[in-house]
Amino acid sequence: MQLELKDLYDGFRDAKTIKAYKKIIEEDAKKLNRTINIMEVCGGHTHTIMKYGIPQLLPSNIKFIHGPGCPVCIMPKERIDHAYILSMQDDVILVTLGDMIKVPGSNGSLQDARSKGADVRFVYSPMDCLKIAKENPTKKIIFFAIGFETTTPMTAALLDIVIKQEIKNIFFHINHVTVPEVMRELIDSRDEHVDSYNHNIDAFLGPSHVSVISGSKIYEEFPKNYKKPVVVAGFEPVDVMQAISMIVKQFCEDRCELEIEYKRLVTYEGNIKAQELINKYFQKVCLFKWRGLGNIKDSGLKLKAEYSKYDAEVIYKEILPIEEIEDHKLCICSDILRGMASPTDCTIFGTACKPNKPVGSCMVSSEGACAAYYKYGNLLK
Amino acid sequence: MCLSIPSKIKSIDKESNICTVDTMGIERSASLDLIDQDVKVGDYVLIHIGFAMNKIDEEDAIESLKLYQEIIDKMEEEERQALIQESENCPKS
Repeated sequence: MQLELKDLYDGFRDAKTIKAYKKIIEEDAKKLNRTINIMEVCGGHTHTIMKYGIPQLLPSNIKFIHGPGCPVCIMPKERIDHAYILSMQDDVILVTLGDMIKVPGSNGSLQDARSKGADVRFVYSPMDCLKIAKENPTKKIIFFAIGFETTTPMTAALLDIVIKQEIKNIFFHINHVTVPEVMRELIDSRDEHVDSYNHNIDAFLGPSHVSVISGSKIYEEFPKNYKKPVVVAGFEPVDVMQAISMIVKQFCEDRCELEIEYKRLVTYEGNIKAQELINKYFQKVCLFKWRGLGNIKDSGLKLKAEYSKYDAEVIYKEILPIEEIEDHKLCICSDILRGMASPTDCTIFGTACKPNKPVGSCMVSSEGACAAYYKYGNLLK
Repeated sequence: MCLSIPSKIKSIDKESNICTVDTMGIERSASLDLIDQDVKVGDYVLIHIGFAMNKIDEEDAIESLKLYQEIIDKMEEEERQALIQESENCPKS
């Protein structure tokens, strides 16, 4: 058998295979006299789970908890305000990725800034900054860098080029965050609410593309120290079904391990070259605030001091506010992200809070749990 | 944001370290600056925000697809047997 692109697209979405796994999971789940709550940390998984209606395929004792793994959703208003203020500088072109442009800060979104005359650009790749910088030599190009371990090496690779080619007009505002720290926070910070909501994290679906870069090794502590199995899963529906089956099997056989379902891309060690680039340019920040979750220790990255001349946060220190902003009182994203509530438990879900006018973090990007429920929620009825 | 799509390398520009890939029939270019293995034309890579993140292991992908086929075959056999048994249990008219 020779692999074709079609096999990669169709093979991992095959309906028969999904049904076959449904049967295997049903048989195994019968052997368990308990409910297993699986947290998918990554927004990409939330999207797949909702899009393909996976909860409806599973027996009633296998449940999902939607985790905080969407880089756009978790961006606190404080950081969006930074981007907004930077974009309003006369000589600045602010460049960012994905849905970031639509997320409201306290003065509005980057889209709003653009409508007020700011030069805000959305790119598909950080590398596009090079072209923008060349075409606009009198402007300062600030790359508002977002994302987990997956996108951090791309920012590092851009900085690497900026340094090597001695490009003078590209700067960085760094908002990269790390996954193990937030997983640890979610497990450690359980409080009395958990019992009343009757939710609990029993196992994790490991984020796919974070793991391509970092390797599965970053989750080792969870089965070992917290007794939570982790299975690193791909984003296709067959990947998710197989990974759930692997988790259920672990419970049936009384095992608690770190396993990789997504072997075609993930290794234990990960992409060493990418890790080296991250380590060369970045260091941990003591506290990074996550929208909906608050400050989490060691969960963010910033440029090392020796690269501070590229750091927009250092250069524009005088005009960037440091005050904290409270999340909206009616929004229950914090509970949703901690696995203590479902989007439909929220009083403003689908009414005051919608994808085109999000109040809380989970509605902000299409990968957020509330946005996925809003889009595909009819399937749940 | 996180959805990355498998692509096939069509050509590589050694000087810029940029490759052209086929993603579901669409051609686009991607940087190879993060790739720590040797890649060649015809290899499959995962592209994310303009960078090839890693090579897709062809053997592992094929192995998974074969495993899935085996599971389906086994299921179908079971389903067939279940059908036969059900029909045998039917009260004879």
